[in-house]
Amino acid sequence: MSSQLEPIKDPGLPAHVHRKTDTDPKAADRAERQVAAMFGISALGTVLLIVSYVFIPDDVFVFIPIMGNQNAHQLGLGLGMAISLFFIGLGAIHWAKTLMPDQEVVMQRHEFRSSEQDRKDFVDTVKQGTADSGLGRRSLIKKSLGAALGLSALSPILLLRDLGPLPGPEQKMTNWRSGTYLVTDPGDRRIKASDLEVGSVAQVLPEFADPKDRHLDDIAKDALLLIRLRPAEFNLEPDRLAMTHEGIIAFSKICSHMGCAVALYEQTTKHLLCPCHQSTFDVTRAAKVIFGPAARPLPQLDITVDGEGYLIARKPFSEPVGPSFWGREK
Amino acid sequence: MTVEAKLGQVANYVDERTGAAAFVRKSLKKVFPDHWSFLLGEVALYSFVILLLSGTFLTFWFDPSMREVVYEGSYQPLEGVKMSAAYASALHISFEVRGGLLMRQIHHWAALIFMAAIVAHLLRVFFTGAFRKPREGNWIIGVGLLTLGIVEGFLGYSLPDDLLSGTGIRIAEAIIQAIPVVGSYLSYFAFGGVFPGELFIPRIYIVHVLLLPGAFLALITVHLMLVWYQKHTQYPGPGRTEKNVVGYPLMPMYMAKAGGFFFIVFGVTAFLGAVASINPIWLYGPYTPAQVSAGSQPDWYMGWLDGLVRMAPPIETYFFGYTVSWNILIPGLIIPGILFTGMALYPFIESWITGDKREHHLLDRPRNAPNRTALGAMSLTFMLVTLINGGNDLIATHFDLSINQIMWGTRIGVFVLPPLAFIITKRLCLSLQRADRELVLHGRETGRLLRMPSGEFVEVHEPISPEKAFILTSHEQLPALDLPTVDARGVKRAGALKNKLRARLSKANAVAIPKVSSEDLKEIESH
Repeated sequence: MSSQLEPIKDPGLPAHVHRKTDTDPKAADRAERQVAAMFGISALGTVLLIVSYVFIPDDVFVFIPIMGNQNAHQLGLGLGMAISLFFIGLGAIHWAKTLMPDQEVVMQRHEFRSSEQDRKDFVDTVKQGTADSGLGRRSLIKKSLGAALGLSALSPILLLRDLGPLPGPEQKMTNWRSGTYLVTDPGDRRIKASDLEVGSVAQVLPEFADPKDRHLDDIAKDALLLIRLRPAEFNLEPDRLAMTHEGIIAFSKICSHMGCAVALYEQTTKHLLCPCHQSTFDVTRAAKVIFGPAARPLPQLDITVDGEGYLIARKPFSEPVGPSFWGREK
Repeated sequence: MTVEAKLGQVANYVDERTGAAAFVRKSLKKVFPDHWSFLLGEVALYSFVILLLSGTFLTFWFDPSMREVVYEGSYQPLEGVKMSAAYASALHISFEVRGGLLMRQIHHWAALIFMAAIVAHLLRVFFTGAFRKPREGNWIIGVGLLTLGIVEGFLGYSLPDDLLSGTGIRIAEAIIQAIPVVGSYLSYFAFGGVFPGELFIPRIYIVHVLLLPGAFLALITVHLMLVWYQKHTQYPGPGRTEKNVVGYPLMPMYMAKAGGFFFIVFGVTAFLGAVASINPIWLYGPYTPAQVSAGSQPDWYMGWLDGLVRMAPPIETYFFGYTVSWNILIPGLIIPGILFTGMALYPFIESWITGDKREHHLLDRPRNAPNRTALGAMSLTFMLVTLINGGNDLIATHFDLSINQIMWGTRIGVFVLPPLAFIITKRLCLSLQRADRELVLHGRETGRLLRMPSGEFVEVHEPISPEKAFILTSHEQLPALDLPTVDARGVKRAGALKNKLRARLSKANAVAIPKVSSEDLKEIESH
């Protein structure tokens, strides 16, 4: 083994080489002026900052090649600050590198473990202390203390209970009921089948008596996509086909994977794509997952029209919308 | 009175009131080794200070509330749009507070630099073996800081409540929900009910500005105190041993350099904040669950996680009617859990394999620890493949590829490329060791050709300096552990399988090109 052979000798620390500033007073004076100049530039930077703050209005834009139009106020403040800070640093380092003593110093290390005697005394003290407390002999104290400490840790957990309500049925419900009108978003206008051309897509919401009552919590579950195809383009089971109306099919817009809005519709392939993780759903086959990490199709809403031809939901969703959770199927 | 005399008086004043003379004097003379790679951790520390300063500025105007307001600020395109007070105040900071946009951009750039510096520092510590005894504890603190940094960064860019950040929170909620049994409960507790509710932004605000910065301060303090107390590691070289530390004293050289470097880092961050637009929230609009912007990207340090989630197979199983979302659990919790636990425990795993329980203060050259270096390259490759997949949509549009192609490429690549990186890196390390041996034995190629009397051409080699020869040969080459499976009496030892595994790993770990010894050199000279 080569490690048992004699290794190559350590030649020791190389001799210290003097810098020009160590030997030539002129070079040292020059270095001093350089450092002072850098600190001077820094001061100019602060002046630029003050001037920009006070005199440049915040609605002036300047054109700078590559960067395009830039807000002059913001740019002046930023550059002033950058210059004032950067040149303090540069000056300090130049000062250290040219004028401060650069002879390397050797300091000894000491092993962290203490002397054998100290270690032995330490262990003995710990042992003696433990024995004196009686923790080993009086097991009743040990056990009851352990139980008490463990139980006391429950109180902070318990006190956090009111962070939120327990999951209830609302977790699985949306505002879509039998007969709920589909309305535009934005606008809250009812929609007729004829408003939607073949090949187009629209995002809709359930009608609220007062749209002001609609919160993000509602939109997070209710958002619905309407897509109109030629009925012949569908490749659906009869029960699913019955849920469409004149080629209009409705899916939850909330991704069945992680709840992003499934916002991209490709007209030529009739695929819906979620921009977050690229789960791809085939509209003609009831939003079957054809690519990506989603494990379930987007839930389909059963739609029809009322007497006047406005689109309504025939039934609520038959399954919870959005990402999966433990009790989803219960 | 001269500056020296004045500062001397200050020292006197302090000592008369604290008796700190002996300690402070020793501290001021403390030696710090000099190397560019030791600055990486400093960059992280300084960005943290910049984050505290710029973040405090932002809190003076930021309103962490999800109360619905109608925008009436100076940014015309959003005039009259309904949004949360948090988003409106972030717009206010960007457009009406002078220097507000600059500070927002400095804060965000500093966060990106903070994470990049932590990762670079971690790689330096890993590849040079600086985590070995007695620094295992500090390594674990470092892994903790990295983990907290990822969480803190995510919470930070979630706060403005714009469309992009809201989408990130939605994904976080889906990961929480996917936890078996308690997922729905945890989600309801975090959000105070159904997503998104009105409590989440104020809650993560206090975590972002108080809880986690407090944890950071505590951990960073311990991290630095340990560096101070255990003294810094140093690279091998002439005059540098396990028993000493060679470098510059704290005062004045190290103080001036480190202090100057803080201003340089701050200056560069301010420059980026001035010229490089980052997270232009006004372009995204307020968050609404029904919309999303195409090309949604998290910050870079979350990209690997997003990439893993994207490439996960669409598997969901049912267990007595209960849903288990493996497509979220595996990439979102299980793999990151294994990665970070493995990373934290690595110092102990390595010392178990090598059986080396001694202190180490001299760093390894990465080539002299081929297995460790290869393992590092393997992990980096894994991260890189997942990170690429995290940006697959952008790559697809920029390079005219289909997302499906990239996704399948990375799905296969994530299994194939890391082991390949391991093999290639290990071989590279051994080749470099061979080159070192060659260099010490036969010297440097000078490029001068000589024609011998016989007509043969030879190249003149020049011996390398004794310093260089020492650096190339000063590392240790430990033999593999001798772990017999049976004891002296021929009885099988307990834990035979564990022993066998350890012996195997130890054998693989001890593979090395024998380094040059004095005897080798003498032999060559005698020719």
